[in-house]
Amino acid sequence: MSAPQTYVQTPEAKAAYDARWQRIMDCVNLKQPDRMPTAFLATFWLARYGGINNRQLMYDYEKTKEIGERAILEFEPDAPSPTVLAIATGRALEAIGFKQLQWPGHGVRDDQPYQYLDREYMKAEEYDEFLFDPTGFYLRTYLPRVAEAFEGLEELHYLPGLHYFRLVAGIRSFAKPRVRQAFEKIIKAAEEVERLTAQHADFTQRMAAHGFPMSYITTAVSPYDMLADYFRGATGMMKDLYRNKDKLLQLLDKAAVFLVRQTLWSAKSAGHPIVFIPIHWAPDAFMSGKQFETFWWPSFRKMLIGLIEGGIIPMPLWEADCTKRLEIIRDIPPGKCIYWFERTDMVRAFEVLGDVVALRGNISPSLLTTGKPDEVDAAVRHLAENVFHKGGKLILDGAFGIPDETPIENVRAMFTAARKYAS
Amino acid sequence: MPTSDMTDQEKQLVEWLADMNEDDAFALAKRMLLEEGANPMRVLDLCRAAMDIVGKRFEKGEYFLPELVLAGEMLDNIGAIAKPLIKQAPGDAPKKLAKVLIGTVHGDLHDIGKNIVTFMLDINGFDVKDIGVDVPVETFLNEINAFQPDVVGLSGFLTLAFDSMKETIEAIQGAGMRNKIKIMIGGGQIDEIVRSYTGADAFGTNAIDAVTLCKSWSGVAA
Repeated sequence: MSAPQTYVQTPEAKAAYDARWQRIMDCVNLKQPDRMPTAFLATFWLARYGGINNRQLMYDYEKTKEIGERAILEFEPDAPSPTVLAIATGRALEAIGFKQLQWPGHGVRDDQPYQYLDREYMKAEEYDEFLFDPTGFYLRTYLPRVAEAFEGLEELHYLPGLHYFRLVAGIRSFAKPRVRQAFEKIIKAAEEVERLTAQHADFTQRMAAHGFPMSYITTAVSPYDMLADYFRGATGMMKDLYRNKDKLLQLLDKAAVFLVRQTLWSAKSAGHPIVFIPIHWAPDAFMSGKQFETFWWPSFRKMLIGLIEGGIIPMPLWEADCTKRLEIIRDIPPGKCIYWFERTDMVRAFEVLGDVVALRGNISPSLLTTGKPDEVDAAVRHLAENVFHKGGKLILDGAFGIPDETPIENVRAMFTAARKYAS
Repeated sequence: MPTSDMTDQEKQLVEWLADMNEDDAFALAKRMLLEEGANPMRVLDLCRAAMDIVGKRFEKGEYFLPELVLAGEMLDNIGAIAKPLIKQAPGDAPKKLAKVLIGTVHGDLHDIGKNIVTFMLDINGFDVKDIGVDVPVETFLNEINAFQPDVVGLSGFLTLAFDSMKETIEAIQGAGMRNKIKIMIGGGQIDEIVRSYTGADAFGTNAIDAVTLCKSWSGVAA
């Protein structure tokens, strides 16, 4: 690999960088920024923008960086996203042998987006094992199930209990052919992830030299969503609310602790305080208010507080409509989080949460993909007039960034309108 | 089925099922079927009565997805015991309401919402055929020809589904089948803007919407 490039940030670029970051921080600190900041998260939309297919976007680091850069320079968002890390993961996924996702060339066509495979990756009977020894459960059971590189680690000896002469005898399993092969594959995969990370660092440094701070680097997941999405599967988790209530609650509580530790460690390595947390299972339509307050919110609140105490600015993206949750999720220290809403009415969110959190979002995906530029303009104007100009600390963005099929003129309309109505 | 027609034991089964008391309901149904010789058709009717209550509680905002999923599971488990016991005479099969063909449009692999809609339509008496996920336009056309549905349900979670739904509906139109069927669409991102874009007759945001639409189209009081 060639030596890392170094980019020079001119004084003008530094001033632009600082001004953009200040806008975001003003919102977080509940101070009025000089204008309504804009954020930009695009994944496969960049393939459409750059005239390549989704597979190329996931595999061609140089091309993806070039397209990501071009888009950022055209739209000039205050807070773009780490394009390489968010999308150019094809080689790393391949090296890991990732089984929970289908991506272009691996289960879906080259022009399709990646899609998560909702399955039961942990059986209901395995709660006790996970609760007793999370690390052992990950190493010997979970990771081999979800990633080919880890296949073989099922044969590893139990590590707790290895001491004195048991330690000598107990490490024999490291020499087993399948275990040895797993470690070799993991090292190769980690080397690919190192290359991905180097490309990511190159991209963010290049953007910083242009005057653009990233809106986040690290991502995280709520305890409930982690278990529902990555372990029990959607329907398994729903049944657990009745069938395995006590163990589920114990595991959610425990997960809050290790997710805070894991996230703090990652965010510290990334050197960026904002952590993006996509939220899947909180919407009004998915569970009752009582279930939300029993199963979903307590462990996530515990996680939010842990992250805030660790100096992190959590940025949950509350997917779908979470209007009925607003009063509950208000219960956090003010001036510490960015709440990004997808379909929740932003005006209502501002009324309930305006004195507690910064807001992000939320131009509708159906409007962005099928509407006309003047309709996008009107939607931005609505948010500028009814949220930002009324004191809402709003960072303008699409409801979940830019949908893949959005016509380019609608993206242009969104950023132009943000400057027109809220400068 | 009115509760006045039920024995106390039958009322108990319906109540436990409707209240998500899975263990007690299953044990009782099993005892009725395997030890007491209850008519399996009668037990399945009781299950349907319980599911009516579940559906109404869902409509009222008392129940949500976990209850629909657990209800489906309870019904499957009791059905697995009851169905082999049915000695069905020809013509005894309960008459189904309208036929509904349902699938996730091409390019999209999501199925949770579709499966819940399929389950709710089924327990509400519709003859539902679920043709899976990532269904090509051609497959929809072939299945419509073969199954002759009254309603076609197109499901999709991703924004790419907007165009897939539009293409599917245009192809149905092109094949001259559009005026014979009603088309409903559903999924996380579906709204009136998407309905209008795709040319569907209606959209729904949950499984009860789908049941209500199908009932209204087939002339059944919702």
